[in-house]
Amino acid sequence: MKKPKITVGAVIEEPGSTIKNKTGGWRSFRPVRDKKKCTKCGLCWQFCPDNAINENFDVNYDYCKGCGICANICPFKAIKMVKEEK
Amino acid sequence: MKKVIEASTAVALGVKLCEPGVIPMYPITPQTHIVERLADYINDGLLSSEMIHVESEHSAISAALGAEAMGVRTFTATASQGLALMHEILFVVAGMRLPVVMAVANRALSAPINIWNDHQDSISERDSGWIQLYVESAQEALDTIIQAYKIAENRKVLLPVMVCLDGFTLSHVYEPVDILKQEDVNKFLPQYNPLFKLDPKKPITMGPIGFPNTYMEFRKQTHDTMLDSINIIKDVNNQFKESFNRSYGNGLIETYKIEDANYAIAAMGTACSTTRVVVDELRKQGKKVGLIKIKSFRPFPKQEIISCCKNIKGIAVIDRNISLGNEGALYTELRSAFYNQNKKPIIKGFIAGLGGRDITPDHIKTAFKKIENSSDTEWLL
Repeated sequence: MKKPKITVGAVIEEPGSTIKNKTGGWRSFRPVRDKKKCTKCGLCWQFCPDNAINENFDVNYDYCKGCGICANICPFKAIKMVKEEK
Repeated sequence: MKKVIEASTAVALGVKLCEPGVIPMYPITPQTHIVERLADYINDGLLSSEMIHVESEHSAISAALGAEAMGVRTFTATASQGLALMHEILFVVAGMRLPVVMAVANRALSAPINIWNDHQDSISERDSGWIQLYVESAQEALDTIIQAYKIAENRKVLLPVMVCLDGFTLSHVYEPVDILKQEDVNKFLPQYNPLFKLDPKKPITMGPIGFPNTYMEFRKQTHDTMLDSINIIKDVNNQFKESFNRSYGNGLIETYKIEDANYAIAAMGTACSTTRVVVDELRKQGKKVGLIKIKSFRPFPKQEIISCCKNIKGIAVIDRNISLGNEGALYTELRSAFYNQNKKPIIKGFIAGLGGRDITPDHIKTAFKKIENSSDTEWLL
């Protein structure tokens, strides 16, 4: 990881640093959607705290940290949390 | 113009002269008079600050953080449990390098519940990254508020400042105070020009995560800045003297009759005024004793204290706080300052004046006797 600039008060002067900083590697469980059960109600998209679910309700694994909120909120149990294996 | 006013009013007048844009406030004894006066000034059209009535001190300091991040000068005040509730955000304000100024009307911490004066509240926030200045009189309180903004907002500092005044013992005491003229303060304290601020036209990120590969560098940067602020505090004190013909020692410490003294009493806040009287009395009895008033507890002015103690054989340290299980905080700091010196005075710590108990001249005299008579070997006859 490139060492960031030590600015006063840790201010980041250029916007967009959240996109550059991929956090998918933090995940130990990945959400997997069963498209047959999914009704595209959009609750997972609404509740995802990392904006890692897009408008087609696909998960962006570059940023998903595997918190499981989408699986928990899904009324149709269409999302399963599957253990990440190397 | 001199007026007889309460020290809380002196603080409020000092704040009014600095014209902060935002004042988040939550009342707590013995600080409440400060924000009450500020509310009066706003109501009477004398001050155009936005006052935010929040639901707790945690919110008061959080609102101050937010306002300051927008590049606005802010003020708040608290004491005791209120300061303790702010604890979490104090570190964030300092780490984000936001120059908030806050008055603390020093009060004891529970339990048992006690609304009266000691220094336990602000001493417990020693490591938060706030500059801490302890004042002795209403005049010093007013002057120090104005100096605090000039120190905090200096581009080489950008750290928050706590102006600490003894609850009741000073905050509710009426004294003659010279109230500075607005135009003179405007000359002394320029408009706040933030180094960075939240602005939709030029977005920046404030308060991001610091990973293990940078966190220590950020902490060191804040620490180094705190040490460098020693010179800025001195400069501001000198500039204040040039502008208003008044100063407080070198801005960090103030001494009284120390030049030819063999013994010193070290104290903070109003106990210094009592000590001045005791020093005069003891001098009449031929005792060579002086006072070292520590105004700046953070940054701690080690070198300044060491250099005024060249001929000092013993120091009695009066602490209005206690680090339970060890000793008074000022005592710890002073002894540590002398540890690597070849010539060290004997230093003894005295805990006094907790929870509003008076520190009397007799207490100071007892402390002096104990340091004067102390020797390495004592006979048990």
